[in-house]
Amino acid sequence: MNIEAVLLWIRGPGLGLALGIFLFGMAIKLLEIFLLGRKKNLAAVRSSGVAAGFRTILSRSLPPDGNILRRPRFTFIFGYAFHIGLFVVMFFLAPHIEVSHALLGLSWPALPTPVVDVFTIISIIAMMALLWHRLTSPLLKYLTTPQDYLVWALTFAPLLSGYMAYHHLLLPYTWLLSIHIGSVELLLILFPFTKLTHAFTLFIARWYTGMMAGQKGVQS
Amino acid sequence: MKNDPSLLEVLRQQGVSRRGFLKFCAATASLMALPPGMAPVIAKALEQAHRPSVIWLSFQECTGCTESLTRSHAPTIEGLIFDAISLDYHHTLQAASGSAAEEARMAAMKANKGEYLLVVDGSIPTADPGYSTIAGISNLEMLREVAADAAAIIAVGTCAAFGGLPHAKPNPTGAVAVSDIITDKPIINVSGCPPIPVVITGVLAHFLTFGTLPKLDHLGRPLAFYGNNIHDRCYRRPFYERGQFAESFDDEGAKKGWCLYKLGCKGPVTYNACATTKWNNGTSFPIESGHGCLGCSEPNFWDLGGFYNALSEPSVNTGNAAAFGLVAGAAVGAASGIMARKEKDNTSHAHQKVTVNDLKRGESQ
Ligand code: SF4
Repeated sequence: MNIEAVLLWIRGPGLGLALGIFLFGMAIKLLEIFLLGRKKNLAAVRSSGVAAGFRTILSRSLPPDGNILRRPRFTFIFGYAFHIGLFVVMFFLAPHIEVSHALLGLSWPALPTPVVDVFTIISIIAMMALLWHRLTSPLLKYLTTPQDYLVWALTFAPLLSGYMAYHHLLLPYTWLLSIHIGSVELLLILFPFTKLTHAFTLFIARWYTGMMAGQKGVQS
Repeated sequence: MKNDPSLLEVLRQQGVSRRGFLKFCAATASLMALPPGMAPVIAKALEQAHRPSVIWLSFQECTGCTESLTRSHAPTIEGLIFDAISLDYHHTLQAASGSAAEEARMAAMKANKGEYLLVVDGSIPTADPGYSTIAGISNLEMLREVAADAAAIIAVGTCAAFGGLPHAKPNPTGAVAVSDIITDKPIINVSGCPPIPVVITGVLAHFLTFGTLPKLDHLGRPLAFYGNNIHDRCYRRPFYERGQFAESFDDEGAKKGWCLYKLGCKGPVTYNACATTKWNNGTSFPIESGHGCLGCSEPNFWDLGGFYNALSEPSVNTGNAAAFGLVAGAAVGAASGIMARKEKDNTSHAHQKVTVNDLKRGESQ
């Protein structure tokens, strides 16, 4: 089997398999959460809490009282740099939008490649800084489980291989593209079964917290 | 073969000057990425070379490869070199037909046993030998028979090299490449649909000069021609780097010559000499005339996922797999959710409430 055949499989059946497993796992995860239900609220509600839920999604994403110094600075700065960078790269690189167009029929304007490039580099550097921080801070190290390293690697691999593919670094493009798409597929497959699900549950949890607080008439 | 005229003599007869001949040798040396000092060596070898016997077998093909090579641009030296070989069997080009043609093939095979070159274009059907026969002989049988005593095999065109168009899904004829059948002979794949004419003359010149085949890549293609990536040599590359893509074949971007990635260009995964050697006597190559590269020199290029779909798009419809995953996941998730809920209800029912009496009992003890 040559690399051309590998790429063909990765762009075709492999992608289908990965998407299928991803959706399978995420459907289980989310339905389990939603079907569990909540305890009946016996107190009279002050508001529906819907708006409060959305407000909390936003407010929890901002530094408390507009002061980032009140959060662990290192994690806050590099964490945001990495997440924003990843978001821009994932959704605003032209070839990625083509994927969405092919899969969902949705497309939107892309950012110029050099701009996406800057965000990629920011993400890569931030991720390395976060790993370094995790390895050197005794507290973080104590809290770290092997899964944390796994999800770091799962996220880092597509970023790095994508950057290398776009710039034709080190290996022939056919190899790099196979590695890049393959690493994304691995990410998709393991996504529902690791803490990577936070990309979805984070907003559900924040909204729920906000809604509960809103119903009680308190701020969250 | 002793009385055969040498290559140079044949070329002279065709009106090629010595100067023109040397120029060709120098061009071949540089094309083949040989040091310039090699040009006189090539010239000397070609001058003395006797016309090698070539048997050309055409299987499941469209004759496009023969067209590309013989009508490249008249009269190029490449074409004349082609004339200068002793093409003992080629059922499109030879005058003889029927049993006379087959006899010519047998005679050439006998006279040049172990020395003749076998050129193949077209893929070989394996599902049913009846899909393609010549003089009642199946392609598979003829290939095996002729390959047995060949010095080397040149698989011309993507069909012979990788199965090509007949091999495209669902491959009704069970088409395979030459290398899927013959494993004990040197095979050189000159892929492309069709291949660039000069590549085959380059390979011939190399064979005549050194008696060996040129260096090949992992797919058996001569590295000198297939070592370069189209995308790496593409003059539209700066637009790709800047993210300036044509969105349709007649928009502003297309007029400005922007990158054709979004219109399905497969240049980034294609290895061929088009961008440097060009076509039609060096006029242009597909990307230069405004169309993305199809990747025709690569295996399975027909199944790469649509000529007009970007390389990043899935090559097959993934809808079924996704829908299946979603439905199955929803079913499992619902079942597990309901079970969890039941367990929660059971637990809360089984929960024994502490009564005032219980507390009192605790106090009295
Ligand atoms: S037109 Fe094709 S080969 Fe040229 S830069 Fe764009 S993608 Fe690459």
